[in-house]
Amino acid sequence: MAILNNKLSQQQYAENFSDIHPPFETHNAALVEANRCLFCYDAPCIKSCPTGINIPKFIKQITSDNIKGSAHTIFLSNIMGAGCSKVCPVEKLCEGSCVFNLMDEPPIPIAKLQRYSTEKAMQQKWQLFERKKSAGKKVAVVGAGPAGLSCAHVLSREGIDVTIYEKENKAGGLMTYGIAAYKVTPEFCEDEVNYILSLGGIEIKYKQELGKNISLAELQKKYDAVFLGMGVGLANRLYIPGEDLEGVEDAIKFIYDLRDKGFSAIPVGDKVAVIGMGMTAIDAATQARRLGAKEVTMLYRRTQEEMPCTQHELDIAMLDGCKIIWLAAPKELKGVNGKVSEIICSIMQLGEPDVSGRKSPVETGATFSLEVDMVIKAAGQMPFEQLIIDNEIMNNKGKIVINNSETNIKGVFAGGDAVNGGREVVDAVQAGKDAAAAILSYIFHAKR
Amino acid sequence: MANISSNFLGIKSPNPFWLASAPPTDKKYNVLRAFEAGWGGVVWKTLGSQVKNVSSRYSAVDYGGQRVMGFNNIELISDRPLEINLKEIAECVKLFPDRAMIVSLMADNDKNSWHELIKKVEDTGAHGLELNFGCPHGMTERGMGAAVGQDPEIACMVVEWVMEKATIPVITKLTPNVHSVVPTGRSVVKAGTNALSLINTIQSVTGVDLDTLVPNPYVAGKSVFGGYCGPAVKPIALKMLTTIAQDELTKKVPISGIGGIETWKDAVEFMLLGASNVQVCTAAMKHGFRIVEDMIEGLNNWMDEKGFKTLDDFIGKSVDTITHWEDLDINYHHIAKINQDKCIHCGLCYIACEDTSHQSIKLDYGKPYNKYTIIDEECVGCNLCKLVCPVDDCITMEEHRVAPEYLNWKQYQQKGLPLNDH
Repeated sequence: MAILNNKLSQQQYAENFSDIHPPFETHNAALVEANRCLFCYDAPCIKSCPTGINIPKFIKQITSDNIKGSAHTIFLSNIMGAGCSKVCPVEKLCEGSCVFNLMDEPPIPIAKLQRYSTEKAMQQKWQLFERKKSAGKKVAVVGAGPAGLSCAHVLSREGIDVTIYEKENKAGGLMTYGIAAYKVTPEFCEDEVNYILSLGGIEIKYKQELGKNISLAELQKKYDAVFLGMGVGLANRLYIPGEDLEGVEDAIKFIYDLRDKGFSAIPVGDKVAVIGMGMTAIDAATQARRLGAKEVTMLYRRTQEEMPCTQHELDIAMLDGCKIIWLAAPKELKGVNGKVSEIICSIMQLGEPDVSGRKSPVETGATFSLEVDMVIKAAGQMPFEQLIIDNEIMNNKGKIVINNSETNIKGVFAGGDAVNGGREVVDAVQAGKDAAAAILSYIFHAKR
Repeated sequence: MANISSNFLGIKSPNPFWLASAPPTDKKYNVLRAFEAGWGGVVWKTLGSQVKNVSSRYSAVDYGGQRVMGFNNIELISDRPLEINLKEIAECVKLFPDRAMIVSLMADNDKNSWHELIKKVEDTGAHGLELNFGCPHGMTERGMGAAVGQDPEIACMVVEWVMEKATIPVITKLTPNVHSVVPTGRSVVKAGTNALSLINTIQSVTGVDLDTLVPNPYVAGKSVFGGYCGPAVKPIALKMLTTIAQDELTKKVPISGIGGIETWKDAVEFMLLGASNVQVCTAAMKHGFRIVEDMIEGLNNWMDEKGFKTLDDFIGKSVDTITHWEDLDINYHHIAKINQDKCIHCGLCYIACEDTSHQSIKLDYGKPYNKYTIIDEECVGCNLCKLVCPVDDCITMEEHRVAPEYLNWKQYQQKGLPLNDH
């Protein structure tokens, strides 16, 4: 047993990380599905999309050969509509509420159709938005992730000059660094960012981290408003013995490296345990398998009923051959020569509902043990609590508290994972839009 | 099993499904394939003077992802030498003696030409003649086709010439490119035609190419009006058929129904409205001759279910149910009802009613699913909601008569009842 990189051939990597949801191959294939759409009024799919994309409209526009209009409809509500078409858990959002489900018929493949229009727009480099004349106002955005880019795009359209401060050397945030590679490729993420920036009026300063290279006070001074969209940081600590053994990895870092360094550079164990059952846990587990791990076991302290990932995602993990153990909470990690070799789990049972409304896991006293050579932690992520406290931003356990997108500091707005603690890309996009609206109103209307 | 054999003017065929005079019936090869597939008869593509065709010839209207909802053509009458056509007709009659062989004719506009053509065709052993007074393109400019059918007097004259000579049954095919098919219909019946057939194609432009800006079908940068047919014209054909089936004079002769027939159901509808048999073209051009299999089986099954033993048991049965507006029962009223168990919350009924009708549907907001219910007092029973609803039998129209007795518009006025009930 060993944690090694380069376990597979280049061809195997290519196969394992190929697009999990292939696009329509022809215009006609898209038309067949687009024509099935009933064009619902006050459509359930729109209400189930956090960004409220006018889905029936963009689908109707595919059928009328108005692909440009279709892409515009999507991007108007969600500037990351192309990426979202690949990474959204649509089975619990738009497609999950499609009325066809109520007729026991397959829902309209909304994501695939959305991808059809948006990819065409990106390939053709259609510029579907026009910037208003410069308003002579400047806004700083911290973080070039979905929330920041979405906020910046709305502001720039309104003639605001936006500067984004990004700590990495690429933009896209979790889209670029935190999502399984078989959903979005690094090239796609780069194209998407460039497409968003092609509007103009948005400058990204890379390798600029808040609290290190720049300070909030500085930004407040130089700009008319500031938007904080820096997301969340590494995975939550487990607070169990052995957590610092070699081979105990953070899912966020694991996925980040995989996206940043290439598949063959990423070491993976033979017997991997993944802790957690959210989307990130699934992405970590499936990708560990796809990198060549012989055995991947997902451990979750509650049951399938309460799991945060969707059934669709769980199916991907199971089809990849990941083992799932429900009601298992890690209790201790043991190692040999400083390397992790065993995980001991408490067997749980469900008790009374906790604050999340889900039944809380309670220890039964019984335990079991698994032989492992790698443990990936994916039980939620930690907000940048210290940074937020240092800047005297009102927060709840590190999550920024906002009121209509504004923090307790006047002119400083926030949104996305930094506020909600870690949700979908599509939620962050909406938060960016909301904040942009609040910023515009603050800049142009508020008495200061 | 019902008996679906047909007897049209003594011309017998094993079923009432004929192929209309058109490209599918312009040579032996196609006709034999049609007979092998099971078609009851054919009307051979129109014979007349030698013509020349152009390329292209057809265009279509697609709808909602479906191809060929409507179809048009600018093809002329048969462009093959007359002698070859006549020879092949005779061969087909011999090979399939149990099938109907009708030959469509369009002679030059003089008596001799008609008489000569009729003589030659009768020598083939064909069972009947169909006079093409309907072709709307190409031939009209030469004073033939629809130019004849649009003028009752000319039509009458030509039919008189034909009847002087013909010894086999004559069917006159009517053009729909008139305000009413009845005047020409009456005129040719008076002139002695043995039967009528309708409709021929409707003059049309199926669309304009948005890249070349030239309408379809395209011929070297130009187009012409083409004859429209296919499913899109069926409702118009049924209306015209009904007027012929209801007219005191024209209803005396048998009618061969044509216009957008694709299935046994379409055929039955034509027959219920007075057609003794039907002719099909576009559907065969779209799918091939095999469609007749289901037409035969479907008709049989329907007749068995309804207890009809022969075609005559139901031909014309619906003709009298189409009445004048003034005779409709004003006391009849029905109201839409939405079955909440079947509703999928698509809101299509709501938006149709709200935007374009009587604001008779109530929306209770829900996330993601709204609830829709009918406001009985506002519903005029127009059917729009039911028509747009994508779920079968989700919206039904329930009868709520205003009063038990029949009351028509004239009586309503005589009684001085209030006009505005809103």
